[in-house]
Amino acid sequence: MRALLGRHPVGLVLAAPYALYLAVIFAYPFGFAVWMSFHDYFFAAPGAIVDHPFVGLDNYRAVLSDPAVRQAFENIGVFLVINVPLTTGLAIVLAVALNQAVHARTFLRVSFYVPYVTASVAVVGVWLFLFTSGGLVNSVLGPLAPDPSWLVNEHLAMPVIALFVTWKQLGFFILLYLAALQNVPKELYESASVDGANGWHRFWSVTVPAVRPATALVVILALITGANLFTEPYLLTGGGGPNGSSASPVLVMYQRGIQQGEPDFAAALGVLLVIGVLFVAYVNRRFIEGKD
Amino acid sequence: MGRWPTAVRYVLLFLGALIFLFPFYYMLIGSLQAAPDTSVRGAFPTSGLTLDNYRDINSRVDLLRSLVNSGIFTGGVLLGTVVFGVLAGYALARLRFRGRGTLFVLVLLVQVIPFQLLLIPLYVLIVRGYGLADSYLGMILPFAINTTAVFVFRQFFLQLPDELFAAARLDGAGELRILWSVALPLVRPALLTALLLTFIGPWNEFLWPFLVTKNADMQPLAVSLANYISNVSARAANPFGAILAGACVLAAPAVALFVAFQRQFISTDLGSGVKG
Repeated sequence: MRALLGRHPVGLVLAAPYALYLAVIFAYPFGFAVWMSFHDYFFAAPGAIVDHPFVGLDNYRAVLSDPAVRQAFENIGVFLVINVPLTTGLAIVLAVALNQAVHARTFLRVSFYVPYVTASVAVVGVWLFLFTSGGLVNSVLGPLAPDPSWLVNEHLAMPVIALFVTWKQLGFFILLYLAALQNVPKELYESASVDGANGWHRFWSVTVPAVRPATALVVILALITGANLFTEPYLLTGGGGPNGSSASPVLVMYQRGIQQGEPDFAAALGVLLVIGVLFVAYVNRRFIEGKD
Repeated sequence: MGRWPTAVRYVLLFLGALIFLFPFYYMLIGSLQAAPDTSVRGAFPTSGLTLDNYRDINSRVDLLRSLVNSGIFTGGVLLGTVVFGVLAGYALARLRFRGRGTLFVLVLLVQVIPFQLLLIPLYVLIVRGYGLADSYLGMILPFAINTTAVFVFRQFFLQLPDELFAAARLDGAGELRILWSVALPLVRPALLTALLLTFIGPWNEFLWPFLVTKNADMQPLAVSLANYISNVSARAANPFGAILAGACVLAAPAVALFVAFQRQFISTDLGSGVKG
Protein backbone atom coordinates (compact mmCIF):
# COMPACT_ATOMS: atom_id res chain seq x y z
CA MET A 1 0.00 0.00 0.00
CA ARG A 2 2.75 2.37 1.03
CA ALA A 3 4.71 1.50 -2.10
CA LEU A 4 1.68 2.25 -4.21
CA LEU A 5 0.51 5.53 -2.66
CA GLY A 6 3.65 6.87 -0.97
CA ARG A 7 4.46 7.39 2.69
CA HIS A 8 1.58 9.83 3.33
CA PRO A 9 -1.39 8.71 1.24
CA VAL A 10 -3.46 11.44 2.95
CA GLY A 11 -1.53 13.89 0.77
CA LEU A 12 -3.44 12.55 -2.22
CA VAL A 13 -6.70 13.51 -0.59
CA LEU A 14 -5.48 16.98 0.42
CA ALA A 15 -4.08 17.75 -3.03
CA ALA A 16 -6.92 16.15 -5.01
CA PRO A 17 -9.23 19.22 -5.27
CA TYR A 18 -6.38 21.33 -6.59
CA ALA A 19 -5.24 18.64 -9.04
CA LEU A 20 -8.79 18.29 -10.32
CA TYR A 21 -9.04 22.06 -10.64
CA LEU A 22 -5.84 22.20 -12.72
CA ALA A 23 -7.22 19.52 -15.01
CA VAL A 24 -10.58 21.23 -15.53
CA ILE A 25 -9.55 24.90 -15.64
CA PHE A 26 -6.09 24.72 -17.22
CA ALA A 27 -5.16 21.43 -18.88
CA TYR A 28 -8.44 20.79 -20.66
CA PRO A 29 -9.05 24.39 -21.89
CA PHE A 30 -5.39 24.56 -22.95
CA GLY A 31 -5.79 21.46 -25.12
CA PHE A 32 -9.17 22.73 -26.31
CA ALA A 33 -7.63 26.06 -27.41
CA VAL A 34 -4.99 24.31 -29.48
CA TRP A 35 -7.60 21.94 -30.96
CA MET A 36 -9.92 24.84 -31.77
CA SER A 37 -7.16 26.71 -33.57
CA PHE A 38 -6.85 23.82 -36.07
CA HIS A 39 -10.58 23.40 -36.66
CA ASP A 40 -13.46 25.38 -38.07
CA TYR A 41 -15.11 26.27 -34.78
CA PHE A 42 -18.13 28.54 -34.48
CA PHE A 43 -20.90 29.14 -31.98
CA ALA A 44 -23.96 26.98 -32.64
CA ALA A 45 -27.38 27.01 -31.03
CA PRO A 46 -27.34 25.18 -27.68
CA GLY A 47 -27.82 21.44 -28.15
CA ALA A 48 -27.31 21.52 -31.90
CA ILE A 49 -24.97 18.83 -33.22
CA VAL A 50 -22.54 20.48 -35.63
CA ASP A 51 -19.33 19.41 -37.32
CA HIS A 52 -16.12 21.26 -36.66
CA PRO A 53 -13.96 20.05 -39.55
CA PHE A 54 -10.17 20.05 -39.38
CA VAL A 55 -8.80 22.98 -41.38
CA GLY A 56 -5.07 22.63 -40.76
CA LEU A 57 -3.31 25.98 -40.60
CA ASP A 58 -6.17 28.01 -42.12
CA ASN A 59 -6.90 29.90 -38.90
CA TYR A 60 -3.21 30.72 -38.46
CA ARG A 61 -3.01 31.94 -42.05
CA ALA A 62 -6.07 34.13 -41.47
CA VAL A 63 -4.53 35.58 -38.29
CA LEU A 64 -1.15 36.26 -39.87
CA SER A 65 -2.60 37.95 -42.94
CA ASP A 66 -5.02 40.14 -40.96
CA PRO A 67 -3.93 43.80 -40.99
CA ALA A 68 -5.70 44.48 -37.64
CA VAL A 69 -3.65 41.71 -36.01
CA ARG A 70 -0.44 43.04 -37.48
CA GLN A 71 -1.26 46.50 -36.20
CA ALA A 72 -2.11 45.16 -32.74
CA PHE A 73 1.30 43.48 -32.53
CA GLU A 74 3.00 46.67 -33.71
CA ASN A 75 1.07 48.59 -31.05
CA ILE A 76 2.31 46.16 -28.41
CA GLY A 77 5.81 46.74 -29.75
CA VAL A 78 5.40 50.50 -29.18
CA PHE A 79 3.97 49.76 -25.73
CA LEU A 80 6.91 47.54 -24.74
CA VAL A 81 9.55 49.91 -26.08
CA ILE A 82 8.19 52.62 -23.77
CA ASN A 83 6.96 50.55 -20.84
CA VAL A 84 9.81 48.09 -20.23
CA PRO A 85 12.80 50.49 -20.03
CA LEU A 86 10.77 53.05 -18.10
CA THR A 87 9.50 50.43 -15.64
CA THR A 88 12.88 48.84 -14.97
CA GLY A 89 14.72 52.16 -14.79
CA LEU A 90 12.27 53.94 -12.50
CA ALA A 91 11.64 50.89 -10.32
CA ILE A 92 15.32 50.28 -9.62
CA VAL A 93 16.12 53.96 -8.96
CA LEU A 94 13.11 54.46 -6.70
CA ALA A 95 13.76 51.18 -4.87
CA VAL A 96 17.36 52.19 -4.14
CA ALA A 97 16.26 55.64 -2.94
CA LEU A 98 13.44 54.11 -0.87
CA ASN A 99 15.79 51.53 0.60
CA GLN A 100 18.10 54.28 1.86
CA ALA A 101 15.36 56.62 3.05
CA VAL A 102 15.04 56.93 6.80
CA HIS A 103 12.21 59.43 7.13
CA ALA A 104 8.62 59.08 5.95
CA ARG A 105 9.25 55.53 4.76
CA THR A 106 5.69 54.35 5.35
CA PHE A 107 4.18 57.33 3.60
CA LEU A 108 6.49 56.96 0.61
CA ARG A 109 5.97 53.20 0.30
CA VAL A 110 2.20 53.54 0.52
CA SER A 111 2.20 56.27 -2.16
CA PHE A 112 4.09 54.11 -4.62
CA TYR A 113 1.99 50.99 -4.02
CA VAL A 114 -1.46 52.59 -4.06
CA PRO A 115 -1.94 52.61 -7.86
CA TYR A 116 -0.94 48.95 -7.96
CA VAL A 117 -3.63 47.88 -5.49
CA THR A 118 -6.34 49.98 -7.13
CA ALA A 119 -8.59 48.66 -9.89
CA SER A 120 -7.58 49.71 -13.40
CA VAL A 121 -11.20 50.60 -14.13
CA ALA A 122 -11.17 53.12 -11.27
CA VAL A 123 -7.92 54.86 -12.17
CA VAL A 124 -8.80 54.83 -15.87
CA GLY A 125 -11.65 57.16 -14.86
CA VAL A 126 -9.29 59.80 -13.51
CA TRP A 127 -6.84 59.45 -16.42
CA LEU A 128 -9.72 60.06 -18.83
CA PHE A 129 -10.50 63.20 -16.83
CA LEU A 130 -6.84 64.31 -16.81
CA PHE A 131 -6.11 63.64 -20.49
CA THR A 132 -9.38 64.65 -22.13
CA SER A 133 -9.02 67.50 -24.62
CA GLY A 134 -10.14 70.14 -22.08
CA GLY A 135 -8.55 68.32 -19.15
CA LEU A 136 -6.10 69.44 -16.52
CA VAL A 137 -3.01 68.24 -18.43
CA ASN A 138 -3.92 70.40 -21.41
CA SER A 139 -4.87 73.35 -19.15
CA VAL A 140 -1.36 73.20 -17.71
CA LEU A 141 0.28 72.78 -21.13
CA GLY A 142 -1.75 75.61 -22.67
CA PRO A 143 -0.64 76.15 -26.28
CA LEU A 144 1.70 73.14 -26.02
CA ALA A 145 -1.28 70.76 -25.78
CA PRO A 146 -1.31 68.23 -28.63
CA ASP A 147 -3.92 68.46 -31.35
CA PRO A 148 -5.75 66.13 -31.67
CA SER A 149 -5.61 65.52 -27.96
CA TRP A 150 -3.84 62.61 -26.25
CA LEU A 151 -6.30 59.75 -26.31
CA VAL A 152 -7.77 60.48 -29.75
CA ASN A 153 -4.35 61.08 -31.31
CA GLU A 154 -3.04 58.24 -33.46
CA HIS A 155 0.55 58.81 -32.40
CA LEU A 156 -0.09 59.51 -28.73
CA ALA A 157 -2.82 57.03 -27.71
CA MET A 158 -0.46 54.07 -27.28
CA PRO A 159 2.30 56.04 -25.50
CA VAL A 160 -0.31 57.36 -23.03
CA ILE A 161 -1.45 53.77 -22.39
CA ALA A 162 2.18 52.72 -21.88
CA LEU A 163 2.65 55.58 -19.38
CA PHE A 164 -0.57 54.65 -17.59
CA VAL A 165 0.50 51.02 -17.17
CA THR A 166 3.99 52.06 -16.04
CA TRP A 167 2.47 54.31 -13.37
CA LYS A 168 -0.07 51.66 -12.36
CA GLN A 169 2.36 48.74 -11.99
CA LEU A 170 5.51 50.47 -10.79
CA GLY A 171 4.76 49.86 -7.09
CA PHE A 172 4.82 46.11 -7.56
CA PHE A 173 8.15 46.24 -9.38
CA ILE A 174 9.61 48.53 -6.70
CA LEU A 175 8.56 45.87 -4.20
CA LEU A 176 10.45 43.18 -6.15
CA TYR A 177 13.58 45.33 -6.30
CA LEU A 178 13.36 46.17 -2.59
CA ALA A 179 13.31 42.43 -1.87
CA ALA A 180 16.32 41.91 -4.15
CA LEU A 181 18.23 44.77 -2.49
CA GLN A 182 17.94 43.03 0.89
CA ASN A 183 20.11 40.25 -0.49
CA VAL A 184 22.96 42.42 -1.80
CA PRO A 185 25.96 41.81 0.51
CA LYS A 186 27.01 45.02 2.29
CA GLU A 187 30.68 44.10 1.81
CA LEU A 188 30.32 44.76 -1.90
CA TYR A 189 29.49 48.41 -1.19
CA GLU A 190 32.26 48.70 1.39
CA SER A 191 34.93 47.37 -0.95
CA ALA A 192 33.64 49.61 -3.73
CA SER A 193 33.94 52.60 -1.38
CA VAL A 194 37.46 51.58 -0.45
CA ASP A 195 38.28 51.51 -4.16
CA GLY A 196 37.08 55.11 -4.32
CA ALA A 197 33.78 54.57 -6.16
CA ASN A 198 31.28 57.40 -5.80
CA GLY A 199 27.50 57.04 -5.49
CA TRP A 200 26.71 56.66 -9.19
CA HIS A 201 29.63 54.34 -9.64
CA ARG A 202 28.46 52.13 -6.82
CA PHE A 203 24.95 52.13 -8.26
CA TRP A 204 26.15 51.02 -11.71
CA SER A 205 28.91 48.64 -10.69
CA VAL A 206 27.43 47.07 -7.55
CA THR A 207 23.65 47.52 -7.32
CA VAL A 208 22.64 47.01 -10.94
CA PRO A 209 24.61 43.76 -11.47
CA ALA A 210 23.60 42.45 -8.04
CA VAL A 211 19.88 42.74 -8.78
CA ARG A 212 20.13 41.30 -12.28
CA PRO A 213 17.95 38.25 -11.52
CA ALA A 214 15.25 40.64 -10.29
CA THR A 215 15.65 42.70 -13.47
CA ALA A 216 15.10 39.57 -15.57
CA LEU A 217 11.93 38.85 -13.58
CA VAL A 218 10.71 42.45 -13.87
CA VAL A 219 11.25 42.44 -17.64
CA ILE A 220 9.34 39.16 -18.06
CA LEU A 221 6.45 40.32 -15.87
CA ALA A 222 6.28 43.67 -17.69
CA LEU A 223 6.23 41.75 -20.96
CA ILE A 224 3.39 39.52 -19.77
CA THR A 225 1.48 42.61 -18.64
CA GLY A 226 1.90 44.03 -22.13
CA ALA A 227 0.76 40.82 -23.79
CA ASN A 228 -2.32 40.75 -21.53
CA LEU A 229 -3.23 44.38 -22.21
CA PHE A 230 -6.98 44.80 -22.60
CA THR A 231 -8.70 47.05 -20.05
CA GLU A 232 -6.64 50.15 -20.82
CA PRO A 233 -7.10 50.28 -24.62
CA TYR A 234 -10.72 49.18 -24.22
CA LEU A 235 -11.63 51.95 -21.78
CA LEU A 236 -9.03 54.72 -22.23
CA THR A 237 -9.25 54.84 -26.01
CA GLY A 238 -12.81 53.64 -26.58
CA GLY A 239 -12.03 50.14 -27.90
CA GLY A 240 -8.56 50.59 -29.39
CA GLY A 241 -8.97 53.77 -31.42
CA PRO A 242 -8.21 55.96 -33.23
CA ASN A 243 -8.01 53.76 -36.35
CA GLY A 244 -6.91 50.79 -34.27
CA SER A 245 -3.73 52.60 -33.24
CA SER A 246 -4.10 51.49 -29.63
CA ALA A 247 -5.66 48.04 -30.15
CA SER A 248 -3.92 45.16 -28.38
CA PRO A 249 -3.87 41.48 -29.43
CA VAL A 250 -6.19 40.54 -26.54
CA LEU A 251 -8.59 43.29 -27.60
CA VAL A 252 -8.58 41.84 -31.13
CA MET A 253 -9.15 38.37 -29.62
CA TYR A 254 -12.19 39.72 -27.79
CA GLN A 255 -13.56 41.52 -30.84
CA ARG A 256 -13.06 38.66 -33.29
CA GLY A 257 -13.63 35.72 -30.97
CA ILE A 258 -16.57 36.87 -28.92
CA GLN A 259 -18.14 39.93 -30.54
CA GLN A 260 -17.84 38.63 -34.10
CA GLY A 261 -18.19 34.93 -33.22
CA GLU A 262 -14.92 33.55 -34.60
CA PRO A 263 -13.46 31.69 -31.60
CA ASP A 264 -11.23 29.57 -33.88
CA PHE A 265 -9.52 32.71 -35.20
CA ALA A 266 -9.15 34.06 -31.66
CA ALA A 267 -7.77 30.75 -30.38
CA ALA A 268 -5.10 30.72 -33.11
CA LEU A 269 -4.24 34.33 -32.24
CA GLY A 270 -3.95 33.31 -28.57
CA VAL A 271 -1.58 30.46 -29.43
CA LEU A 272 0.61 32.78 -31.53
CA LEU A 273 0.63 35.39 -28.78
CA VAL A 274 1.78 32.83 -26.22
CA ILE A 275 4.49 31.53 -28.56
CA GLY A 276 5.63 35.14 -28.97
CA VAL A 277 5.72 35.70 -25.21
CA LEU A 278 7.65 32.49 -24.61
CA PHE A 279 10.16 33.40 -27.33
CA VAL A 280 10.81 36.89 -25.94
CA ALA A 281 10.98 35.48 -22.40
CA TYR A 282 13.59 32.99 -23.58
CA VAL A 283 15.65 35.71 -25.27
CA ASN A 284 15.37 37.85 -22.15
CA ARG A 285 16.55 34.94 -20.02
CA ARG A 286 19.58 34.40 -22.22
CA PHE A 287 20.62 38.04 -22.38
CA ILE A 288 19.63 39.67 -19.11
CA GLU A 289 19.89 36.86 -16.62
CA GLY A 290 22.94 35.51 -18.43
CA LYS A 291 24.92 32.50 -17.33
CA ASP A 292 26.74 33.28 -14.11
CA MET B 1 25.70 51.14 1.54
CA GLY B 2 26.14 53.42 -1.42
CA ARG B 3 24.59 56.77 -0.52
CA TRP B 4 23.33 59.55 -2.73
CA PRO B 5 23.18 63.04 -1.35
CA THR B 6 20.25 62.92 1.04
CA ALA B 7 18.53 65.97 -0.46
CA VAL B 8 18.54 64.53 -3.98
CA ARG B 9 17.10 61.29 -2.68
CA TYR B 10 14.23 62.94 -0.86
CA VAL B 11 13.42 65.38 -3.66
CA LEU B 12 13.21 62.40 -6.02
CA LEU B 13 11.10 60.35 -3.64
CA PHE B 14 8.63 63.08 -2.74
CA LEU B 15 8.30 64.17 -6.35
CA GLY B 16 7.55 60.56 -7.25
CA ALA B 17 5.06 60.21 -4.40
CA LEU B 18 3.31 63.39 -5.56
CA ILE B 19 2.95 62.03 -9.10
CA PHE B 20 1.65 58.75 -7.73
CA LEU B 21 -0.84 60.25 -5.29
CA PHE B 22 -2.11 63.22 -7.29
CA PRO B 23 -4.51 61.23 -9.50
CA PHE B 24 -6.13 59.81 -6.36
CA TYR B 25 -6.54 63.27 -4.87
CA TYR B 26 -7.90 64.51 -8.19
CA MET B 27 -10.29 61.54 -8.36
CA LEU B 28 -11.76 62.55 -5.01
CA ILE B 29 -11.95 66.26 -5.87
CA GLY B 30 -13.47 65.57 -9.28
CA SER B 31 -16.09 63.32 -7.71
CA LEU B 32 -17.18 66.17 -5.42
CA GLN B 33 -17.41 68.96 -8.01
CA ALA B 34 -20.84 69.93 -9.27
CA ALA B 35 -19.41 70.83 -12.69
CA PRO B 36 -16.03 69.71 -14.02
CA ASP B 37 -13.44 72.43 -13.48
CA THR B 38 -10.30 71.37 -15.30
CA SER B 39 -8.36 74.58 -14.75
CA VAL B 40 -5.39 74.44 -12.41
CA ARG B 41 -7.35 76.36 -9.80
CA GLY B 42 -10.14 73.77 -10.13
CA ALA B 43 -7.81 71.19 -8.62
CA PHE B 44 -7.89 73.15 -5.35
CA PRO B 45 -11.52 74.15 -4.90
CA THR B 46 -12.55 76.13 -1.87
CA SER B 47 -16.32 75.82 -2.23
CA GLY B 48 -19.12 74.28 -4.25
CA LEU B 49 -18.44 70.67 -3.32
CA THR B 50 -21.40 68.32 -3.47
CA LEU B 51 -22.35 64.64 -3.23
CA ASP B 52 -24.62 64.87 -6.30
CA ASN B 53 -22.25 62.82 -8.45
CA TYR B 54 -22.54 59.91 -6.04
CA ARG B 55 -26.33 60.15 -6.24
CA ASP B 56 -26.07 60.37 -10.03
CA ILE B 57 -23.89 57.27 -10.48
CA ASN B 58 -26.04 55.40 -7.98
CA SER B 59 -29.10 56.10 -10.11
CA ARG B 60 -27.41 54.60 -13.19
CA VAL B 61 -25.48 51.81 -11.52
CA ASP B 62 -26.88 50.17 -8.42
CA LEU B 63 -23.76 50.74 -6.32
CA LEU B 64 -24.79 48.59 -3.38
CA ARG B 65 -25.83 45.68 -5.57
CA SER B 66 -22.57 45.94 -7.58
CA LEU B 67 -20.51 46.08 -4.39
CA VAL B 68 -22.30 42.97 -3.10
CA ASN B 69 -21.51 41.21 -6.40
CA SER B 70 -17.86 42.27 -6.14
CA GLY B 71 -17.86 41.01 -2.56
CA ILE B 72 -19.33 37.60 -3.42
CA PHE B 73 -16.95 37.18 -6.36
CA THR B 74 -13.92 38.18 -4.26
CA GLY B 75 -15.08 36.17 -1.25
CA GLY B 76 -15.56 33.04 -3.36
CA VAL B 77 -12.09 33.35 -4.85
CA LEU B 78 -10.49 33.96 -1.44
CA LEU B 79 -12.32 31.02 0.14
CA GLY B 80 -11.29 28.60 -2.62
CA THR B 81 -7.74 29.90 -2.72
CA VAL B 82 -7.22 29.68 1.02
CA VAL B 83 -8.97 26.37 1.76
CA PHE B 84 -7.80 24.31 -1.22
CA GLY B 85 -4.57 26.27 -1.69
CA VAL B 86 -3.42 25.70 1.90
CA LEU B 87 -4.32 21.99 1.71
CA ALA B 88 -2.44 21.56 -1.58
CA GLY B 89 0.49 23.71 -0.44
CA TYR B 90 0.80 21.71 2.78
CA ALA B 91 0.62 18.39 0.93
CA LEU B 92 3.23 19.52 -1.60
CA ALA B 93 5.58 20.78 1.09
CA ARG B 94 5.32 18.21 3.86
CA LEU B 95 3.73 14.99 2.64
CA ARG B 96 5.23 12.28 0.46
CA PHE B 97 2.58 10.74 -1.74
CA ARG B 98 2.48 9.25 -5.19
CA GLY B 99 2.21 11.89 -7.87
CA ARG B 100 3.60 14.72 -5.77
CA GLY B 101 6.42 15.38 -8.21
CA THR B 102 4.06 15.41 -11.17
CA LEU B 103 1.68 17.78 -9.41
CA PHE B 104 4.49 20.17 -8.57
CA VAL B 105 5.66 20.20 -12.18
CA LEU B 106 2.07 21.04 -13.14
CA VAL B 107 2.03 23.92 -10.64
CA LEU B 108 5.11 25.39 -12.28
CA LEU B 109 3.69 24.81 -15.75
CA VAL B 110 0.40 26.53 -14.99
CA GLN B 111 2.27 29.67 -13.97
CA VAL B 112 3.68 29.84 -17.48
CA ILE B 113 0.36 29.44 -19.33
CA PRO B 114 -0.92 32.99 -19.77
CA PHE B 115 -4.58 33.74 -19.34
CA GLN B 116 -4.93 35.03 -22.93
CA LEU B 117 -4.61 31.51 -24.29
CA LEU B 118 -7.34 30.28 -21.96
CA LEU B 119 -9.66 33.24 -22.44
CA ILE B 120 -11.46 31.93 -25.52
CA PRO B 121 -11.70 28.22 -24.56
CA LEU B 122 -12.79 29.14 -21.01
CA TYR B 123 -15.43 31.45 -22.45
CA VAL B 124 -16.66 28.73 -24.81
CA LEU B 125 -16.71 26.09 -22.05
CA ILE B 126 -18.02 28.07 -19.10
CA VAL B 127 -20.45 30.44 -20.80
CA ARG B 128 -21.60 28.37 -23.76
CA GLY B 129 -20.92 24.80 -22.64
CA TYR B 130 -21.87 24.81 -18.96
CA GLY B 131 -24.35 27.67 -19.20
CA LEU B 132 -22.72 29.57 -16.33
CA ALA B 133 -23.14 33.05 -17.85
CA ASP B 134 -24.48 35.58 -15.33
CA SER B 135 -23.68 33.37 -12.37
CA TYR B 136 -21.27 33.77 -9.46
CA LEU B 137 -19.87 30.29 -10.11
CA GLY B 138 -19.03 31.25 -13.69
CA MET B 139 -17.20 34.36 -12.48
CA ILE B 140 -15.31 32.55 -9.72
CA LEU B 141 -14.36 29.34 -11.53
CA PRO B 142 -11.25 30.47 -13.47
CA PHE B 143 -9.80 32.08 -10.32
CA ALA B 144 -11.13 29.63 -7.70
CA ILE B 145 -7.68 28.39 -6.70
CA ASN B 146 -4.81 30.76 -7.31
CA THR B 147 -1.75 28.78 -8.38
CA THR B 148 0.69 31.47 -7.31
CA ALA B 149 -0.90 31.30 -3.85
CA VAL B 150 -0.46 27.50 -3.76
CA PHE B 151 3.18 28.04 -4.59
CA VAL B 152 3.59 30.70 -1.89
CA PHE B 153 1.79 28.53 0.71
CA ARG B 154 4.13 25.66 -0.16
CA GLN B 155 7.13 27.95 0.42
CA PHE B 156 5.76 28.96 3.84
CA PHE B 157 5.31 25.37 4.96
CA LEU B 158 8.72 24.34 3.59
CA GLN B 159 10.43 26.89 5.84
CA LEU B 160 9.14 25.24 9.05
CA PRO B 161 11.57 22.84 10.79
CA ASP B 162 11.15 19.07 10.25
CA GLU B 163 11.34 18.25 13.98
CA LEU B 164 8.05 20.03 14.57
CA PHE B 165 6.20 17.69 12.25
CA ALA B 166 8.04 14.58 13.43
CA ALA B 167 7.15 15.36 17.05
CA ALA B 168 3.50 16.00 16.26
CA ARG B 169 3.27 12.76 14.29
CA LEU B 170 4.90 10.83 17.17
CA ASP B 171 2.20 12.24 19.43
CA GLY B 172 -0.28 10.61 17.09
CA ALA B 173 -1.76 13.75 15.56
CA GLY B 174 -3.42 13.36 12.16
CA GLU B 175 -2.20 15.49 9.25
CA LEU B 176 -5.24 17.79 9.27
CA ARG B 177 -4.75 18.42 12.97
CA ILE B 178 -1.01 19.10 12.47
CA LEU B 179 -1.84 21.51 9.67
CA TRP B 180 -4.52 23.30 11.71
CA SER B 181 -2.86 23.55 15.14
CA VAL B 182 0.87 23.41 14.40
CA ALA B 183 1.65 24.65 10.90
CA LEU B 184 -1.00 27.31 10.26
CA PRO B 185 -0.43 29.36 13.42
CA LEU B 186 3.27 29.58 12.57
CA VAL B 187 2.70 30.98 9.08
CA ARG B 188 -0.15 33.33 10.00
CA PRO B 189 1.59 36.64 9.16
CA ALA B 190 2.67 35.36 5.77
CA LEU B 191 -0.80 33.98 5.20
CA LEU B 192 -2.27 37.45 5.73
CA THR B 193 0.07 38.89 3.08
CA ALA B 194 -1.00 36.20 0.62
CA LEU B 195 -4.66 36.92 1.42
CA LEU B 196 -4.28 40.64 0.81
CA LEU B 197 -2.52 40.04 -2.49
CA THR B 198 -5.21 37.56 -3.52
CA PHE B 199 -7.93 40.04 -2.57
CA ILE B 200 -6.88 42.69 -5.07
CA GLY B 201 -6.97 40.20 -7.95
CA PRO B 202 -10.71 39.45 -8.10
CA TRP B 203 -11.73 42.81 -6.62
CA ASN B 204 -9.99 44.64 -9.48
CA GLU B 205 -10.58 42.02 -12.19
CA PHE B 206 -12.41 43.36 -15.20
CA LEU B 207 -12.03 41.25 -18.34
CA TRP B 208 -13.41 37.90 -17.16
CA PRO B 209 -16.50 39.09 -15.25
CA PHE B 210 -17.11 41.47 -18.16
CA LEU B 211 -17.28 38.47 -20.50
CA VAL B 212 -19.40 36.35 -18.17
CA THR B 213 -22.00 38.87 -17.01
CA LYS B 214 -24.40 40.62 -19.32
CA ASN B 215 -27.12 41.05 -16.69
CA ALA B 216 -26.54 44.32 -14.77
CA ASP B 217 -27.82 42.72 -11.55
CA MET B 218 -24.94 40.27 -11.59
CA GLN B 219 -22.10 42.61 -12.51
CA PRO B 220 -19.29 43.43 -10.08
CA LEU B 221 -18.66 47.16 -9.68
CA ALA B 222 -15.60 47.16 -11.97
CA VAL B 223 -17.78 45.86 -14.80
CA SER B 224 -20.79 48.11 -14.22
CA LEU B 225 -18.53 51.15 -13.92
CA ALA B 226 -16.68 50.21 -17.12
CA ASN B 227 -19.98 49.79 -18.96
CA TYR B 228 -21.04 53.18 -17.67
CA ILE B 229 -17.77 54.72 -18.89
CA SER B 230 -18.00 53.23 -22.37
CA ASN B 231 -21.76 53.41 -23.01
CA VAL B 232 -23.70 55.81 -20.84
CA SER B 233 -21.41 58.57 -19.66
CA ALA B 234 -21.42 60.57 -22.91
CA ARG B 235 -25.08 61.46 -22.31
CA ALA B 236 -24.79 62.43 -18.63
CA ALA B 237 -24.82 66.03 -17.35
CA ASN B 238 -21.49 65.77 -15.52
CA PRO B 239 -20.12 62.49 -16.91
CA PHE B 240 -16.69 62.74 -15.32
CA GLY B 241 -18.14 63.55 -11.92
CA ALA B 242 -20.25 60.40 -11.99
CA ILE B 243 -17.37 58.26 -13.30
CA LEU B 244 -15.04 59.57 -10.60
CA ALA B 245 -17.64 59.02 -7.88
CA GLY B 246 -17.97 55.40 -9.03
CA ALA B 247 -14.18 55.12 -9.21
CA CYS B 248 -13.87 56.31 -5.59
CA VAL B 249 -16.37 53.67 -4.45
CA LEU B 250 -14.49 50.96 -6.36
CA ALA B 251 -11.05 52.09 -5.17
CA ALA B 252 -11.91 52.71 -1.51
CA PRO B 253 -12.11 49.12 -0.15
CA ALA B 254 -8.83 47.95 -1.71
CA VAL B 255 -6.97 51.13 -0.77
CA ALA B 256 -8.35 51.10 2.79
CA LEU B 257 -7.41 47.46 3.32
CA PHE B 258 -3.99 48.06 1.90
CA VAL B 259 -3.30 51.14 4.04
CA ALA B 260 -4.59 49.36 7.16
CA PHE B 261 -2.41 46.30 6.58
CA GLN B 262 0.51 47.91 4.78
CA ARG B 263 2.92 46.60 7.41
CA GLN B 264 2.07 43.11 6.19
CA PHE B 265 3.51 43.92 2.79
CA ILE B 266 6.98 43.17 4.03
CA SER B 267 9.07 43.11 0.91
CA THR B 268 11.11 40.08 1.90
CA ASP B 269 8.01 37.93 2.43
CA LEU B 270 6.76 38.62 -1.02
CA GLY B 271 10.23 38.28 -2.48
CA SER B 272 10.68 34.80 -1.06
CA GLY B 273 7.41 33.78 -2.61
CA VAL B 274 8.16 35.23 -6.01
CA LYS B 275 11.77 34.11 -6.20
CA GLY B 276 10.83 30.53 -5.35
